[in-house]
Amino acid sequence: MIDKRVKNAKEAIAGISDGMTLMLGGFGLCGIPENSIAALVDSNVKDLTCISNNAGVDDFGLGLLLQKRQIKKMISSYVGENAEFERQMLSGELEVELTPQGTLAEKCRAAQHGIPAFYTPAGYGTEVAEGKETKAFNGKMHILEHAFSAQYSIVKAWKGDHAGNLIFRGTARNFNAPMAGAGKITIAEVEELVAPGELDPNEIHIPGIMVQRIFQGDHYEKRIEKRTTRKRN
Amino acid sequence: MALDKNQIAQRISKEVKDGYYVNLGIGIPTLVANFVPDDISVEFQSENGVLGMGPFPYEGQEDPDLINAGKQTITTLPGASFFDSAFSFGMIRSQKVDLTILGAMEVSEKGDIANWKIPGKMVKGMGGAMDLVASAENIIVAMMHVNKAGESKILKNCTLPLTGVRCVKKVVTELAVMEITDRGFKLLERAPGVSVQEIIDATEAELWVEGEIPEMSL
Repeated sequence: MIDKRVKNAKEAIAGISDGMTLMLGGFGLCGIPENSIAALVDSNVKDLTCISNNAGVDDFGLGLLLQKRQIKKMISSYVGENAEFERQMLSGELEVELTPQGTLAEKCRAAQHGIPAFYTPAGYGTEVAEGKETKAFNGKMHILEHAFSAQYSIVKAWKGDHAGNLIFRGTARNFNAPMAGAGKITIAEVEELVAPGELDPNEIHIPGIMVQRIFQGDHYEKRIEKRTTRKRN
Repeated sequence: MALDKNQIAQRISKEVKDGYYVNLGIGIPTLVANFVPDDISVEFQSENGVLGMGPFPYEGQEDPDLINAGKQTITTLPGASFFDSAFSFGMIRSQKVDLTILGAMEVSEKGDIANWKIPGKMVKGMGGAMDLVASAENIIVAMMHVNKAGESKILKNCTLPLTGVRCVKKVVTELAVMEITDRGFKLLERAPGVSVQEIIDATEAELWVEGEIPEMSL
């Protein structure tokens, strides 16, 4: 067993420096690496390019890094729900590359799987396709998209072991799974870190080979963005 | 009378057939789930990674690890499954999802759709809409026929940045059900009490009207 444990978030993000490109898991606020984001805020690292489906909300998630102007560029599919983000984007302080969600996920997965590029029909005939190579397959037009290249992937899982094996819970799997191993170094924070042998190998979602650093986070807030309920009869 | 949002959803629910896997967009499409009859088997897919979505949870039973693509808390039904975002769009691209229902700002007579950006005003992003419309075989749009200024959103050509080209099959609005054919919009049904002329007046595109146009049954 190769032990991937680091002490805490601060130790986990060691080496992340100004101008780097990071992938960060999560969908909305669901499954975001809360502890690592907090450590990045504390580290004052700046000019980051962040690949993340969303940009958090004003006072949580990646919104915390935006507030401190630590992000130079965001690559996302949907960025509503964040007033500070909108302000920085419209004023030109923040560069934004909007990418269809399935393409975003596949650009992560391609990096994770060692595939340099792929064709997808998403965005054909729209401004997303501008400047990109196109090709017909089976009579349908596709556009060429490239795998992401990032120095670090930062993912959050439900359970993990010392070897870096990960298990996700519910819809918190989202971008965390395809980002694991997609960056040169993958940091995983988990709600529960257990000894090797305690996780059933049949139930592992991401094998430890994809993870270089793992730690158990603390004080997970797991904030709900849109609490929606129904009435009891 | 023009339909309200729930009635638009109710009309669209009639397009959902037994055995369908269905992806519902944000807004009116989300309401469609409320009207699917109990005697057919349907599974709802949400592109953030769940199949077999159930109703919203009771208060106190919300789970932060369990949301839909609109970021609302949800529940799952027996037989549900979770998967990651790449896998989710894999099943969408490979056309395992039978029906996609989404909202739009504009639809053209060629089946083009615009729903993600108003230059200079609103840029929230396309989310999964571009992937869905590029791959889905059957796409129904739920939308309002005219905007707040009274201008038609059923157009010869879209004016806003496109989400996808030649993809929409059917449009249901507060006034009408229309199919997109090689000849453009074909009027299929009108809302109860709404005349064909009223629909023509609210439509910028040519409307192909053939024979008696029946009222929708809800």
